[in-house]
Amino acid sequence: MIKVKNLSVNIGQKPVLKQINLEVEEGTVTAFVGPSGSGKTTLLRTLNLLQEPSEGSVEVNGSVAEAGHISKQVIAQVRQNSAMVFQQFNLFKNKTALENVAAPLILNGQLPKAAARQRAQEVLEQVGLGQVAHQYPVTLSGGQQQRVSIARAIAVRPKVILLDEPTSALDPELVESVLQTIAALAREHITMVLVTHEMEFARQIADQAVFIEDGEILDQGPAKELLSGDQPGRISTFVNSLEKVEIEK
Amino acid sequence: MNFDFSYFLSLFAQLIPYVPITLLMAVVSMVLAIVLGMVLTSFELTKVTPLRWFARFYISLFRGMPTLVQLFIIYYGLPQIFPVFRGIPALVAAIVGLGFKQSSYLAEIFRAAIGSVDDGQIEAGQSLNIKRSKLFFHVVLPQATVNALPATGNTFVSLIKETSLAFALGLTELFADGKMLAGDSFKYFETYLAVGVIYWIIIIIYTWLQSILENALQKPYRRVAHVVDQSEKPVREHRTETSFETN
Ligand SMILES: Nc1ncnc2c1ncn2[C@@H]1O[C@H](COP(=O)(O)OP(=O)(O)O)[C@@H](O)[C@H]1O
Ligand SMILES: [Mg+2]
Repeated sequence: MIKVKNLSVNIGQKPVLKQINLEVEEGTVTAFVGPSGSGKTTLLRTLNLLQEPSEGSVEVNGSVAEAGHISKQVIAQVRQNSAMVFQQFNLFKNKTALENVAAPLILNGQLPKAAARQRAQEVLEQVGLGQVAHQYPVTLSGGQQQRVSIARAIAVRPKVILLDEPTSALDPELVESVLQTIAALAREHITMVLVTHEMEFARQIADQAVFIEDGEILDQGPAKELLSGDQPGRISTFVNSLEKVEIEK
Repeated sequence: MNFDFSYFLSLFAQLIPYVPITLLMAVVSMVLAIVLGMVLTSFELTKVTPLRWFARFYISLFRGMPTLVQLFIIYYGLPQIFPVFRGIPALVAAIVGLGFKQSSYLAEIFRAAIGSVDDGQIEAGQSLNIKRSKLFFHVVLPQATVNALPATGNTFVSLIKETSLAFALGLTELFADGKMLAGDSFKYFETYLAVGVIYWIIIIIYTWLQSILENALQKPYRRVAHVVDQSEKPVREHRTETSFETN
């Protein structure tokens, strides 16, 4: 589904990602974990070509974006196949929940207006937000906003959903509803790549874990083992440091 | 003190017929200013460097000169250099002059309003494969309009007042009529106070209309009442015990 080959990304002069190689199988969940500033967001953004690769290539569902040769068509193809969910939700503030979900369908020409709104309503119901469909984002809690943004991403029926720390901006009591929503998508075998610090969650829903530090993939493998905290190496130091914080709370 | 109150009141009947010309000037120059302001803003936001330079130059020029001087340049000066402008009506000169001037302020307001729509929404739209132009018209512009409204309204208020400068081009609008009435009666205080009060009333009415418009347009961006969140599950005390098992 996703193939990343020898990918490097420089922002300005700074090498942010170095020689990344990665594969994501259809129907699986991949978790990116790693310290803050390690390049997780940049990697996720590159999978959607919001960030331009400096070297190497990114392939999403057969569309290949080769650094230096990225055409508008390739960008459109890649984005057609992937949808992103952001830490800060990034809902369109001038649109209701329903309009947010329907907008991509309508503006892409994917569906006529009435059908798009109907699909939007269905997807909102799927994430448990049928009753707030006609509310504007400001009137929704952070958890609800994030679920609307997940609904907006799944409504376009992408091949893969990319989620960047979807619960990091939420008050603790709102985290669970969002995680449950994501877990429900995982149960439907929707391909997902997510950046998260929620280790317990990642262990439970992810098939594959990718440990990133300083722009490099240091470890990669089955999530349950890799994130167990008793593997040798840096990753366990990192995983255990997160768990410790949770125990101290 | 010998304030002639009955004369003061009688002035309104003589001044009010000139309100329409004042409003006409203000409204038409505002429309012109909005159109030009949008053009300038689009120049400022393009990647085409000469257009950006032109917009910067224009804005700097029109903000940098007194309005009255600009009106004189257009009405008295231009026809001398370019004969095509000979015989340009004072009303047209005033509208053009005021419109050009205000457009330089509006361009800055529009640019700031567009800039204040956060990039995250644009990125979200792009990630969903929505074209930038569509995002601009469906997401950025509606929000920018609401952002720009208060400041745009303020420039309109200034514009209403600045139309009084058109008397200097020989145009009989509200202020010029006041001047004539004052010259006839020698009751300067009563006359100019009446003129001032009329401007004031126009602006009060306009400000009230604008607040209605702002209220209507800002509705989506306000938390009207705290919406009770019923869709979220009750808080769990030990989140780590929650199960997300996929199978
Ligand atoms: N737009 C940018 N300009 C400059 N530096 C950036 C930019 N985006 C990311 N970086 C840098 O790239 C590195 C990786 O950032 P990021 O991908 O956001 O990390 P993570 O998501 O793992 O916290 C950081 O050092 C960050 O400062
Ligand atoms: Mg990040």
